Amino acid sequence: MAKYLIKRVALALVSLFLVCFITFFTMNAIPGGPFNGEKAKSAAVMQVLNERYGLDKPVGEQFFNYLKNILHGDFGVSLKTGRDIATTIGESFKVSAKIGLLAILVALIFGIILGAIAALNRNKWPDRVIIFFVTLFTAMPSFVMASFLLLIFCIQLEWVPVWSTNNPSYVLPVLALSLSPMAYITRLTKTSMLDVLGQDYIRTARAKGVAHWKVIFVHALRNSLIPVITYVGPLTASILTGSLVIEKIFTIGGLGSKFVDSITNRDYTMIMGTTIFLAFIMILMNLVSDILYKIVDPRIKLD
Amino acid sequence: MAKNFDIPTPKKRLLSLQMDPKKFEPATDAEKRQQDVMAESTTFFRDGMRRLMQNPLAVMSMVILLLVILMMIFAPLFVPYGYEEMITVNGVRDPAAANLAPFHYSALEQQYIDQGGKIFPHIMGTDELSRDYFIRVVYGTRVSFLVGVFASLMVLIIGVLYGAVSGYAGGRVDLWMMRIVDIIYSLPDLLIIILLAVVFKESLDFSQIPIFANLGTNMVSMFIVFGLLYWVGMARLVRGQILTIKENEYVLAAKSIGASAKRIIQKHIIPNIVSVIIIMTAQEIPAAIFTESYLSFIGLGVALPMPSLGSLANAARSGMQSYPWKLVFPSVMIILIVLAFNLIGDALRDAFDPKLRK
Amino acid sequence: MSEQKIRKINVRVANPKPHRASSDHPVLSVENLHTSFITDSGEVKAVNGVSFNLDAGKILGVVGESGSGKSVTAYSILQILDQNGRIVDGDIKFKGKSLLEYGPKEMDAFRGNNCSIIFQDPMTSLNPVFTVGYQMNEALKLHTKYNTTKLATERSIQLLEMVGVNEPEKRLKQYPFELSGGMRQRVMIAMALACEPDILIADEPTTALDVTIQAQILELMKDLQKKLGMAIILITHDLGVIASMCDEIIVMYGGRVCERGTAEDIFYRPAHEYTKGLLKSIPNTDNMKERLVPIAGTPINLLNMPKGCAFCPRCENALKICLEEVPEELMMPDGHFAACWMNLKNEYEKEHGKEVS
Repeated sequence: MAKYLIKRVALALVSLFLVCFITFFTMNAIPGGPFNGEKAKSAAVMQVLNERYGLDKPVGEQFFNYLKNILHGDFGVSLKTGRDIATTIGESFKVSAKIGLLAILVALIFGIILGAIAALNRNKWPDRVIIFFVTLFTAMPSFVMASFLLLIFCIQLEWVPVWSTNNPSYVLPVLALSLSPMAYITRLTKTSMLDVLGQDYIRTARAKGVAHWKVIFVHALRNSLIPVITYVGPLTASILTGSLVIEKIFTIGGLGSKFVDSITNRDYTMIMGTTIFLAFIMILMNLVSDILYKIVDPRIKLD
Repeated sequence: MAKNFDIPTPKKRLLSLQMDPKKFEPATDAEKRQQDVMAESTTFFRDGMRRLMQNPLAVMSMVILLLVILMMIFAPLFVPYGYEEMITVNGVRDPAAANLAPFHYSALEQQYIDQGGKIFPHIMGTDELSRDYFIRVVYGTRVSFLVGVFASLMVLIIGVLYGAVSGYAGGRVDLWMMRIVDIIYSLPDLLIIILLAVVFKESLDFSQIPIFANLGTNMVSMFIVFGLLYWVGMARLVRGQILTIKENEYVLAAKSIGASAKRIIQKHIIPNIVSVIIIMTAQEIPAAIFTESYLSFIGLGVALPMPSLGSLANAARSGMQSYPWKLVFPSVMIILIVLAFNLIGDALRDAFDPKLRK
Repeated sequence: MSEQKIRKINVRVANPKPHRASSDHPVLSVENLHTSFITDSGEVKAVNGVSFNLDAGKILGVVGESGSGKSVTAYSILQILDQNGRIVDGDIKFKGKSLLEYGPKEMDAFRGNNCSIIFQDPMTSLNPVFTVGYQMNEALKLHTKYNTTKLATERSIQLLEMVGVNEPEKRLKQYPFELSGGMRQRVMIAMALACEPDILIADEPTTALDVTIQAQILELMKDLQKKLGMAIILITHDLGVIASMCDEIIVMYGGRVCERGTAEDIFYRPAHEYTKGLLKSIPNTDNMKERLVPIAGTPINLLNMPKGCAFCPRCENALKICLEEVPEELMMPDGHFAACWMNLKNEYEKEHGKEVS
C-alpha cells in the first residue's frame, strides 16, 4: 500500500510539474507572451514583472523563479488589470466551487440511485426510460444542455431568474453541469451492479436465506460502487471543464468564465495562473480517487 | 434395490409395452444428425456483423449517419449560397435579410419573388450577418465530422503502433513506454489542449499551405494536439490485448500442434484485437467531435468565417431570446451525430464482445 | 497459509441427532421437475422431467456433464435460479409440504436453515468485501439462536474447528482472498452447516480444488454427515467421487434422468448408453492398456431439444425409435432403472431368441 501511495504521489507531482513546464514555455513562446517586452505594456506592470521574474535573466531561471513564486502562492499579476492573480482566483473560485460541489453531489447521488433502479428492473420500463435519457444526455455537450435549459426555463418559461451575484440561482447551473456526468454514472452503476448481481457470491447470499433487499443493498451495492468511486477523479475534471462554458452561458462570475475571458483577452499571466490552479485540483482529485479505490476494495489492501 | 423416487404408476415390466419391432432397427447417421440441431458455426466477423444488423438502434443510427454524410457532401451542390456569402438579391447586398426565420424571405427577396424571380428557400433561415444558415450548418457539420474522423484516425494509428510495439517488445522497453503513457494519461488533457490551442492560434500560421488555408490554423493545431495527447488510451488497450494474447493458452495450443507463427497471428490474434480497436475508435469519434465543438464554443476552434457547430451555437447565444432556432439547429446536429456514433459504438461492442453474449 | 491435515475433529453439535426419526415422507421429494430459462434466443429447457426422492441421512449422487441440468435442479430446489429461470412444471416437496407454495419469507427461512448448498468455485462464492466472520455470523444470526455477534462469533469458531480450519479466530477477521482454495471451501462448508440443515446440497464441491485437497474435503463431508445425520445431494461429473460416497446415484443428461441405482448397479451393470459411454471414457485399472474412448459429439443444445431421446445424436447404438420417443424409465432385472430403448430391444431379442430384422 505504501509503495503504491508513493508511486501515485510521485506521478501526480511529475504531472503537475509538467503542466507548469508546458504552461510556462508555451505562453512564453507566443510573441507578446507573458514576460517578454514585444508588446507595449504599462510601465507599472512592467516594473512589477521585472521585480518578480527578473525578465533580464535567462528563460530557464525565469521558469524556476516562477515556480518558486507559485509555491509561495504568488501567481503573479494580471496583464490586463494588474490585479494580483491569486486573489482573483481565490475570490472567483468560491462561486465555482460551490456550484461544482453541488453538481458533483447531485451527479453521484442521483446517478447511483438511477443506475441501481435500472439494474434492478432490467428490460422493464424504468430501465428503458432511464437508458433512453442516459443515451440522450451523454450525446449532449454541456454547452448545448446549458443553452437549452437557459432558453426554456429562464427565457421562455421564466420559471427561473437569471443569475446575479445578489440573487444567485443555483438550480439551472448545477443541473446543466451535473446532467452529463450523472448520465455516465447512471450507466456505470447499472453495468457494475448487473455484473455484481451475476456473481457467485450473490447466489451464496441468497442460498443462505438472506432477505432479498439485504442481498441487493448490502451484499451487492458495496461491490457495485467500487468502479463509481474510482470515477470521482475524472468526474471532478469533467465538472471543472464544464464550468468554463456553464459560467459563460449563465453569466456567472466564477473562475471558469474568468478563464475563458483571459483566453479571449490574451491575458497570458492569468491564463497561466488559472491553468496551473485548475490542473492542480484535477491532479489532486485523481490522486484521491485512486487512493480511495485502494481503500474501499480490500482485495488490494495487502500488497 | 434403488428406492430414491416415487412414481405414481408402477414401472412397467419390459415386455408389456406394445412396441413396433420395426422401430428397433438402428438409426442411420443422417437421421441422427437431423436430430442434432446445432448452431452453424460461422467466422467471428460474420457472426458479429449478423448480430450488429439485428440491432434496430444500430441500423437506424447508421442510416442517420449516412443521411448526414450525404447531406454534407451534396447539399452545397444544390444550395446556391456560400457559407460566408451575404444574401444578395439581384446582385445587391441585402442587409435586411439578417436573422430570418426558417423559410421566410426578406422584403427585398419577397419583392423579387413577386416579380417572378426564383429564390432558393432558406431552410434554416439566416444568421445575423444575413448568411444562409442551412449552408453554414452544413459546413459546420463537415468540420466537426472531419475533425472527429481524422482525429480518431490519428489516435488509431499512433495508439496501435505504440501499443503494439510496447506489448510485443515487453521487458524494459515496455516498462518505460508505459511510464510515458502513464504520465501523459495523468495530465489534464483539456487544459493542455486549451493552452496549446491558444499558443498555436497566436504563433503559428498555416495559411500559406494550400490544403490548410481553408481550415484555418486552429484546425491544424487541434489535430496536432489530438495527436499528442489522445492516443494513450488506445495504446494501453492495444498493449493489453497483445499481452493477454501472448500469454493466452490457445496460442500455445496452436503452437503445439505445429501451426506456424503467421497462422497463429492471423486466425487467433488479429480478430480479437481488431474488434477491440474498432469498438474503441467508434467511441473516439464522438469524443473528438465533443472536444472540437467545446473548443469552438470557447472561441479556440476553427477560424471564422468557416463555421463549426460549436461556434455557431456560441454565436446563437446572443440572439437566443428572439431567434431560438439559431441555437437549435447546430445543437441538434451535434446531438444527432454524437448519438448516432455512440449507439453504433455500443452496438458494435455488444455484437463483437464475446464475453457479453447473453 | 499451509493446508492443515485433518486432525481429530472435536465436533460439538448443538442438537445431536444420532439418527433421524424416519417419517413416512422422504425428506425431499422432487416430482417431474421442469425448469426453463427464458432468453432472447428462446426457451432453454434445462430440466425436463426429473424425479427423485431423498431419504433422511442418505447420500444421493447426481452425475452428468455440464449442461445436463444437475446444478439447475439444485437451484430449483432452493429457488435461487437466475431472474429468467422458472419452474414450469412439477413439484418439490420438503417433508411432505410443497416448496413451490412457500412465500418469500418462508423460502428465506428454508434456505440456509433446512437446506443449504455448497458451490463449486470457492474463489468466487464468497463476497470479497466482507470478512469471513461477517459472512458466517450472518447465516447464524438469521436462522439460529446465536443471534448476537458475540454468540455467533463463538459458534463460528466452533464451526471452523469442526471443518478443520486452523487458527479460527484469526480467520474470522480475514477476507476471503486471504485464504487458500481449500480453506475457502471449508469455510463454505462451515457456513452451510452452521444452521444444521436437514439437507446439504454439494454442487461439485471439489472440482475447483487440487486432487489432494479433494480427498480431504470428501472425507470431511462423510465424517460430518455421519455425525450430524443430514441428507446430502452430491452433484458431480466425477465418477470416482460418486463411487466412494453415495448410497444411490442418478445419471442425468439433457435435463432428464437416464439411469438410477446403487453404485454397484451403475458401475457393474450400466443399462444406458450414456452411462456406458461415461464408464468407457474414464481410465481405470482394468483398461490401462486400452485407448480411452470419449463420447463423440458435443452436449445437447437445450434450446432445441430433439423429439426423442436427448442422447440419441451421440449414441453409437441409436435405434429409430430413439429418434421419436422419449424413453421411459424401465426396471432392470436387478432392480435399478434406466431410460433407454436398447434394454427393451435386448429383452425382446432374448425372449424371442432371434434378430429383429
